[in-house]
Amino acid sequence: MGLDPSIVKELIRITDEERVLLSLDERYTYAFDASFGTYLPDVVVFPQSATEIAEIMKLANREQIPVTPRGGGTSLSGGPLPVAGGIVLAMTRMNKLLRIDRDNLIAFVEPGITTAELQREAEKAGLFYPPDPSSSNVSTIGGNLAENSGGPHGLKYGVTKHYVIGLEVVTPQGEIIRTGGMTVKNVTGYDLTSLIVGSEGTLGIITKAVLRLIPKPPARKALMAIFDEIVDSGRAISGILKNGILPAKLEMMDQASIRAVENYQPSGLPLDAAAILLLEVDGHPAAVDEEIRKAAQICRQYAAREVRLAADEAERAELWKARKLVSPAISQVKPTKISEDATVPRSKIPEMLERLRQIREKYQLHLVVFGHAGDGNLHPNIIADSRDRDEMKRVEEAVAEIFKAAVELGGTLSGEHGIGTMKPAFMEMELGSAGLDMMRRIKQAWDPNNILNPFKIFPQPGQTRVVLTE
Amino acid sequence: MNEWQKLLPHDETFKCVKCGYCLPVCPTYKVLEKESASPRGRIALVKAAAEGKIDVLQHLAGPIDLCLGCRVCEVACPAEVKYGVILEGAKQAIHGAKQEKKAETPLFRWLEKLIFQWLFPYPGRLKALSGILWFYQKTGFARLVEVLGFSRFLPYHLGEFAAALPAAPFPLSFFGRKERLAPRKGKKARVAFFTGCIMDSLFFETNRKSIELLAAVGCETILPKGQTCCGALHAHAGKISQAKKLAKRNIEAFERSGADWVVTNAGGCGAMLAEYHHLLSDEPEWAKRAQAFAAKCRDLSTLLEECGPLPFKKKISCRITYQDSCHLRNVQNVISAPRKLLHSLPGAEVVELCGAGECCGSAGIYNLIQYETSMKVLDRKMEAVRETDAEILVTSNPGCLLQMRLGIRRAGLENRMKAVHLADLLHEACTGE
Ligand SMILES: Cc1cc2nc3c(=O)[nH]c(=O)nc-3n(C[C@H](O)[C@H](O)[C@H](O)COP(=O)(O)OP(=O)(O)OC[C@H]3O[C@@H](n4cnc5c(N)ncnc54)[C@H](O)[C@@H]3O)c2cc1C
Ligand code: SF4
Ligand code: SF4
Repeated sequence: MGLDPSIVKELIRITDEERVLLSLDERYTYAFDASFGTYLPDVVVFPQSATEIAEIMKLANREQIPVTPRGGGTSLSGGPLPVAGGIVLAMTRMNKLLRIDRDNLIAFVEPGITTAELQREAEKAGLFYPPDPSSSNVSTIGGNLAENSGGPHGLKYGVTKHYVIGLEVVTPQGEIIRTGGMTVKNVTGYDLTSLIVGSEGTLGIITKAVLRLIPKPPARKALMAIFDEIVDSGRAISGILKNGILPAKLEMMDQASIRAVENYQPSGLPLDAAAILLLEVDGHPAAVDEEIRKAAQICRQYAAREVRLAADEAERAELWKARKLVSPAISQVKPTKISEDATVPRSKIPEMLERLRQIREKYQLHLVVFGHAGDGNLHPNIIADSRDRDEMKRVEEAVAEIFKAAVELGGTLSGEHGIGTMKPAFMEMELGSAGLDMMRRIKQAWDPNNILNPFKIFPQPGQTRVVLTE
Repeated sequence: MNEWQKLLPHDETFKCVKCGYCLPVCPTYKVLEKESASPRGRIALVKAAAEGKIDVLQHLAGPIDLCLGCRVCEVACPAEVKYGVILEGAKQAIHGAKQEKKAETPLFRWLEKLIFQWLFPYPGRLKALSGILWFYQKTGFARLVEVLGFSRFLPYHLGEFAAALPAAPFPLSFFGRKERLAPRKGKKARVAFFTGCIMDSLFFETNRKSIELLAAVGCETILPKGQTCCGALHAHAGKISQAKKLAKRNIEAFERSGADWVVTNAGGCGAMLAEYHHLLSDEPEWAKRAQAFAAKCRDLSTLLEECGPLPFKKKISCRITYQDSCHLRNVQNVISAPRKLLHSLPGAEVVELCGAGECCGSAGIYNLIQYETSMKVLDRKMEAVRETDAEILVTSNPGCLLQMRLGIRRAGLENRMKAVHLADLLHEACTGE
């Protein structure tokens, strides 16, 4: 294998020597993401402009070389894996904040800027960029757009797609196009912006984004509610939302995650509780006071055995710290973490929790549930050891059953992590064959030679299951 | 699988979940902007090398050599990956493979031997070298070299570093130091002082002042005989068996002293001593002793803070900022004590340096061997230092101090700012010296 020397020369001509990595060691460090599998690219290129990318795409199209865009490489579904080798386009050096327009509440950014950097810059301007995937210190806006990522703020403020109003995109055939514009309202023609968002780098390469910012809410308050029955916590969630309270964040932790956290770093969580809810409201100070009081009352109504209110900013941070510890804490148990993000309608949360419990028992796995309960985006995480083949086989089967449960309950395979290489086998189950075919035709129209991020989203013939073992 | 591959800590690499949380903190990733210069990338390479997919020398050595070993990635890692263990294992394997292949230039091998085997294990020889330096600086020789531009011809940019060296102590001052200093007021603890190599030659005065400060807060201080270099330079270069020998000599020397604490004033040495139990974990007859020794290691600042207050006499009416020593902060977890001491200085205005916990690029002899990357890291650091508008830049490790002095010169700040060791500044405030 390997690229023809003339192509390498061409890539260097388009960019420069220093931005084209060819040695085996460099390529090995772009062969993975935060999911599974290792795929060596033939070359890693760091573009610096849309024009460079357009030229690279023209070259790739002519020579039929696969191209895979990559941001921070934090994808949990295999999105940036160069499955077919070829070129990895590392977008991390196109990371400038171009401008914040305070009058129109918008930010112009290059795709390689990290989510956290944009959040900080917005904050400096007195504004707020709500999408908050927990990977925000590393993940890029380009990756967030391509995966339509979200976080705890999703419940009240929505996810990445709700904050993008315009894009500059290089098509697989090397044309530079602009979608959307600088206005929140825009109905001129098909909404290509929305199509690109969530397309997992298979339809085009995002080279610039126009993002919407909002004024920073002046006040916030948080509480923790402790439950003896996990179903009660599910009912409390519905209860809160039914009563017209829209928390900025509403997260839950089950007993396994509570125990893991306490083992890892004692944080004063009740070990005997079946579940805890963490809730935060924000907005005008008076409204915030009223809402947190009401939320506490509702939790008690639904049999919360205890409700802890954070008295000040420090206590608020302390409450959330426990939630942030879940991820590291559970990885202490065993090294391999399979993070799923199957999502169900809110009302089905209690049922989904029950199904997950059954799956855990059936396959005898370490399955932990925590996550953005408020929007039905539970995070069933399975903790295993990738060196244990037998266990990994059970994980593969359990994952398939989780997907099935979610779809049967009217939910979806993926709330925010994307399909990538992990879930194509289940696409038809959710979309039906006609639905999947429409998507295929869209892909063909954009990328007739199938060179942009191939082997993602769409199942290959005979691909029927998740494969986690290498 | 070859012999060197087996030294690679394959199991530890499985703990890495590739989340990338360590990327934004890694100084080499920041300046080189590619995965192979990041902790996540390096771990992936160690794993690949252990699995025989890449070659230890051809592919692994480059990216590992570029690592500063600052270990800030370890603090940022949510999965608690022990990067230090992975790095040390990789260095050991690379060192072994290099020796076998004789991959280094004769000059490099000669210098290594000179430094690691001939110089550092012998405190007396370093003092002699410091004496030569004193002569060089004091006789006008240094000026002559500078004027004639000879320093340009030295390897490893040594000329530039030589110019940044502080004034070496007067050689005769090395003699007649007492082995025990009584506490100045009611005795609070009996401590054994680790003198170190560079600290006890070039920074001999800083050692003297550190011991006096300990006495001033009520610590009876002993300087155990037979102690030697901590072995950090050796361990970081993959020379584990040499490091182990030094560790054993130190453990023996300090056990005899019967002290409550082993005190260091060099963040790098302190971290090495505090991890002797890792170094010797595979030697049953030493593991326990190393554990007990490691548990007694303390940085000077934490003892001064705990036993203080210091008897300040003089106002330090300056703007002061503090650069952490990586190994003090990331390995020994000493963050607040030096800052609290600075805040307690009468008259001082202390400003926090933005990114103080980030490595300055000195990293043992990294600045000599990886000059270009080191200077990129340093220049970034100096931008932040400039922003503080401080007159005094304080550090707690000799390597950092030299690098900061070099940085000040590179940034053209010589007339506005000086770099000092924490102990020097505290001592000045206590004595007016
Ligand atoms: C510890 C951890 C926690 C996480 N938490 C969350 C969470 O709370 N919520 C959530 O939604 N996700 C989460 N994720 C998943 C992941 O962080 C997101 O999917 C993120 O958006 C990926 O961004 P990235 O920059 O790392 O992109 P990458 O992983 O590099 O790539 C992701 C996809 O985007 C494509 N892509 C990247 N840049 C471009 C571009 N410029 N143009 C076109 N396509 C591009 C790639 O081809 C790939 O398909 C988490 C991941 C980890 C490891
Ligand atoms: S030790 Fe420092 S330089 Fe090395 S990988 Fe970790 S953060 Fe980067
Ligand atoms: S933070 Fe830890 S687990 Fe995550 S990539 Fe870095 S070393 Fe691996």
